[in-house]
Amino acid sequence: MAITRRKFLGWLGAVGVGTTSGKKNAHASAGKEFAGYPDSLGVLHDETRCVGCRSCEDACHRINNLPEPEKPFKDTSILNDKRRPDEDSYTVVNKYETSKGVRFRKIQCNHCLEPACASVCFVTAFSKQPSGAVTYDPSVCVGCRYCMIACPFEVPAYQYNDAFTPEVVKCTMCAPRLEKGELPGCVEVCPKEALTFGKRNDLIKIARQRISKDPDHYVDHIYGEKEMGGTSWMYVSDVPFEETGMREDLGNTPAPKLTSGALHVVPMVVALWPVFLTGMYGMTKRREKIAAVEKAHAVAKAVQEAETKAADQLLHAMETAKIQQENALIIAQAEKEKAVKAALTKTDTPKSEEDS
Amino acid sequence: MSEQDGVATQENGAMDEKNVFFTPFNVIAGGIVIVGLLLTILRFTKGLGTVTNLSNTQPWGLWIGFDLMCGVALAAGGYTTSAACYLFGMKQYHSAVRPAILTGFLGYATVLVSLLYDVGRPDRLIMAYPFIVQQGTTSLLFEVGLCVMLYLLVLFLEFSPIPLEWLGLRKARTIAVKLTIMLTIFGVVLSTLHQSSLGALFLIAPSKVHPLWYSPYIAVFFFVSSIIAGLSMVIFESSLSHRAFHSNMGKPYLEAHDPLVFGYAKAAALVLFGYFIIKLMGVAAGNHWTLLGTPYGIWFLVEVFGFVALPCLLFTIGFRDKNPGFIKSAAILSIIGIVLNRLNVSIITFNWQKPLSEKYIPSWMEVMLSIFMVTCLVLVFRFIVTRMPVFYDHPDFTNNH
Repeated sequence: MAITRRKFLGWLGAVGVGTTSGKKNAHASAGKEFAGYPDSLGVLHDETRCVGCRSCEDACHRINNLPEPEKPFKDTSILNDKRRPDEDSYTVVNKYETSKGVRFRKIQCNHCLEPACASVCFVTAFSKQPSGAVTYDPSVCVGCRYCMIACPFEVPAYQYNDAFTPEVVKCTMCAPRLEKGELPGCVEVCPKEALTFGKRNDLIKIARQRISKDPDHYVDHIYGEKEMGGTSWMYVSDVPFEETGMREDLGNTPAPKLTSGALHVVPMVVALWPVFLTGMYGMTKRREKIAAVEKAHAVAKAVQEAETKAADQLLHAMETAKIQQENALIIAQAEKEKAVKAALTKTDTPKSEEDS
Repeated sequence: MSEQDGVATQENGAMDEKNVFFTPFNVIAGGIVIVGLLLTILRFTKGLGTVTNLSNTQPWGLWIGFDLMCGVALAAGGYTTSAACYLFGMKQYHSAVRPAILTGFLGYATVLVSLLYDVGRPDRLIMAYPFIVQQGTTSLLFEVGLCVMLYLLVLFLEFSPIPLEWLGLRKARTIAVKLTIMLTIFGVVLSTLHQSSLGALFLIAPSKVHPLWYSPYIAVFFFVSSIIAGLSMVIFESSLSHRAFHSNMGKPYLEAHDPLVFGYAKAAALVLFGYFIIKLMGVAAGNHWTLLGTPYGIWFLVEVFGFVALPCLLFTIGFRDKNPGFIKSAAILSIIGIVLNRLNVSIITFNWQKPLSEKYIPSWMEVMLSIFMVTCLVLVFRFIVTRMPVFYDHPDFTNNH
């Protein structure tokens, strides 16, 4: 029955990690828009009708078995505090002093069409149901609290004081009651019809009708029609939404689109970085090899040159030696002849000496 | 020669420790460990609410902002050094690889332990049960988790030759060493992914992170600055180790030290320069110039000029003049810069539109447990380097890399 988030995101197509899993996401990542499940349900909160009676808070606590607050729900003094949904309450009503006097706003999960909490949960604990509800499965939650970081409406809360089995706490749009065909608890008890339950598409029409019927009264804007890609829970008001504590700077980009770019890069890095790095390694190795070869060449050349030079020198030396030898022989011969001659003359001289 | 050195230093280290156990360092570290253990009991019996100042608007505090974000960035020395040495052919840095890998491994292990403190259901993190069965592939945290887990394994394998040499397991050691190149490539791929994805985690919250820090380039910022963190940590750490573990250092390590510091300073100066430019481009891309005049803008300028531009200049001068003092202070400045940046993104400017009264300030117990983590890391680091061949070549395996 419940559509898993993976499947949901497959249709959603805003996130491209599908490229890694190679399933149907691959074609869906080509930039298809997800306009919400057909006939999904939602609630329209008309701030002009809310009187801050806190009946919705009361009903919510009863239905969801949340702990009773210290002050009873009849006590409206607490409206002066700036509260937010926390671990003990799925919904709170706050009072705001606005340009048109006191206004009240009910805060709860807005049940985004493309929920930030679901897109960031690394164990897929959150699912967007076809009914419109964003539900949470505590049986897989690791408690990283990234959903709380991601939620632009600051809705999920955490049971910090539970040491062993803490869970994320947030409005379920009364998903179990919706299955039984019942209204969400808060809608059912609202005495002023400030909350209108129905198909989201119909709610937008109703909101437009109210605005166009009384254009001087209402602000011409349905908060949640487009914010963060659209939410199942929407608001109309007669004062700028900022004055009732709502962020008007969130933009219309669905949350998963914010991270899809970064996720698209991942498979590319996984595929190409090893190629690049192996290439770098190969280049380093090659350079080393070339260096080694060049070194070997240089050494060989040097050795050869040295050898040639030595051979030349040897040859030269030998030639010199030969010449020298020959010269020496000639000299020796000459000297020998000279000596012989001298000896011969010597033997002759005494005669002449005697003669003289 | 080096054989004798190695053996001698190893014995000296062990003896020093036996002789003086109650050094000031040991006493302080012991005190921190005892307090940390008590707080650990408190955390796991009373819950996060008792120990931390976390709230529904500030679900990520010091343990994510510092232990995870800064821990992972500062442990980047492992992949930068091993990539430089094995892939880019800077073999002169070989002696720095082991200390860097060891720091990386211990850093990531500490990150994992910190996460067990931080998540609400640590049992489910250890079992990896829903993580494997229900893969949230659209979550950047899924990618971070997967990469960190795999990288821890890679670092363990890269680190394994050290204890294997220590234990004398020759065959296993040979296999581990043969994996070096493959592991290095894996390490760089995984680091690229998770370092950048830590930044990309915040892409989902443009309404909460201050525009000067929120940028479509944030993933690139985180990746590039992790290189700076890695280089600076190697410089900083080697100077600390020089004081503390000089007797455990072999000749090759000591001889390679100065060229390493100068080489790393040059690299860090270059990367810091690039980082400085892309940070300015980030402001330009969002056209956030007018925001620079606001208090957060001035804080941004402090980060970018004081802890990016200034260390860049100091690294450059330090390299040119071969001045280790300049380089060391530049390294410290850039490390502070990285810590500042991670805290700015995840804690300080997070929820910047909320009044200061709603700001998260960590409880003393959170701070203490973060200090406890760092202390444990240092103690394990010391245990290993005084016993195993980290700063020196094991005598039986010299010239065997």
